[in-house]
Amino acid sequence: MKNIRIIPRLDIKGPNLVKGIHLEGLRVLGTPEGFARHYYENGADELVYFDVVASLYNRNSLHDIITKTAREIFIPLTVGGGIRTIDDIKDVLRAGADKVALNTAALNNENIITEASRKFGSSTILVSIEAIRQPDGRYLAYTDNGREYTGKEVLAWARRAEELGAGEIMLTSVDMEGTGAGYDIELTKMVSESLSIPVIACGGAGSSEDIKDVIFNGKADAVSMASILHYECINNRSRFVDNSVEGNIEFLKSGKVFSKIKPVGLSEIKKYLHSNGVNCRETNQRIKS
Amino acid sequence: MTNIKYDVAIIDYGMGNLFSVKRACEHVGLNAVITHASDKIMNSSGVILPGVGAFGDAMSNLIKYDLVSPIKDYIQTGKPFMGICLGMQLMLSESEEFGAHKGLDIISGKVVKFPRLNAVGNTVKVPQVGWNSILPASVSWKNTPLEETADGEAMYFVHSFYCIPDKAENYLTATVYEDTKYCSSLIRGNVFAAQYHPEKSAKEGIKIYQNWGNSVKKGSI
Repeated sequence: MKNIRIIPRLDIKGPNLVKGIHLEGLRVLGTPEGFARHYYENGADELVYFDVVASLYNRNSLHDIITKTAREIFIPLTVGGGIRTIDDIKDVLRAGADKVALNTAALNNENIITEASRKFGSSTILVSIEAIRQPDGRYLAYTDNGREYTGKEVLAWARRAEELGAGEIMLTSVDMEGTGAGYDIELTKMVSESLSIPVIACGGAGSSEDIKDVIFNGKADAVSMASILHYECINNRSRFVDNSVEGNIEFLKSGKVFSKIKPVGLSEIKKYLHSNGVNCRETNQRIKS
Repeated sequence: MTNIKYDVAIIDYGMGNLFSVKRACEHVGLNAVITHASDKIMNSSGVILPGVGAFGDAMSNLIKYDLVSPIKDYIQTGKPFMGICLGMQLMLSESEEFGAHKGLDIISGKVVKFPRLNAVGNTVKVPQVGWNSILPASVSWKNTPLEETADGEAMYFVHSFYCIPDKAENYLTATVYEDTKYCSSLIRGNVFAAQYHPEKSAKEGIKIYQNWGNSVKKGSI
């Protein structure tokens, strides 16, 4: 069996790490750098930064956060949100990202996938797909955090992205995202089994069991998660909760956790996966902090 | 005209993102420059040939920037040289990537693609993206940049093709992806090359830069 990557996803708004449900209703959790450092030291295989409001302004504003991160964190960093042009990609890579995730830009202009993968290497170019299940059972791709309808079928679009030179697919179920009710297994399996490039499953993790399920039943090549890690981080490391953060911090101050989500750390997740026969990188490089 | 002396020249030939390589160098105290100027390459104490992308494009670009002779001349000096990913594959004689292409032929051997199917007939995901173990091969890791690396340590890989050197004496590590066991680092005198990305392999990868950096400062691998 191949090695499965476990990838914390950090949604960022301005200077803050945020988290929503169904990609909406964002709550401030702290500063992204502290969380990223914690995940790095605890064995994250890669990190993903998403600028969640970038689409509104048509630009990615994470450059400073990326630069600070890349100076001290030596694992692959993928950046998404508001990346529209070849120059945008170059800027984000120059700031310190290793890969970029394209969604709106790729749907508006397929050629950017080909051009970018030729210029930066296909392994640098991920296509991010936000999928919503329709009443008739079909999955359609959306943009702008699941708000904008495109009418494109997810599987056809994923295949097309592969053909055009995408190196990986980041597949988010908007329906499951932030709920803690588990990944969309059917969606992940459908896409992963039809493609020969890796598929990263996103959206829905509420427990280690959910992660195991999307690996075995959803055939995910990599798994991304946010809430379960962030809440564990907050529970155990209140030092990341910076009082200077701005925005909607009522939730943060309340100390509550969304009920379906069982906060769990990276090393516990990996230990659980190992004991269930999943190959993943052991976290023996861990540093005590 | 500046006369700054750099420890390391990172060869820029238009193949991928070199910034992470530069940051890893700086992190271990090596003063690094991204360049395709042959004098900067020759005057450096260490040279890194990184690269992601297609083998044929890479060779065309090395020829276009007139870098083939400077690389070969530099290697002749005996000073430390490191190839990473595509930079490792370019060391070999030829590649079958999208038709046959000649490589730099520093180490005799060829570059081939992962098979489409594994032994039980399932599709192999290509590229291999992720962490995998490096295992002992023919050559001892003593006195190499892997001197302090544990057998089986995980490194970060992204590649669709792999190297088959002709001679066992070049096999420094082996890695297994699906059912294919292949050479994941090679060595020949002052030339060390890795299929994985040490600059993306967390603390264990940085240790490789540290050890290679020590040889740069000492003047030999």
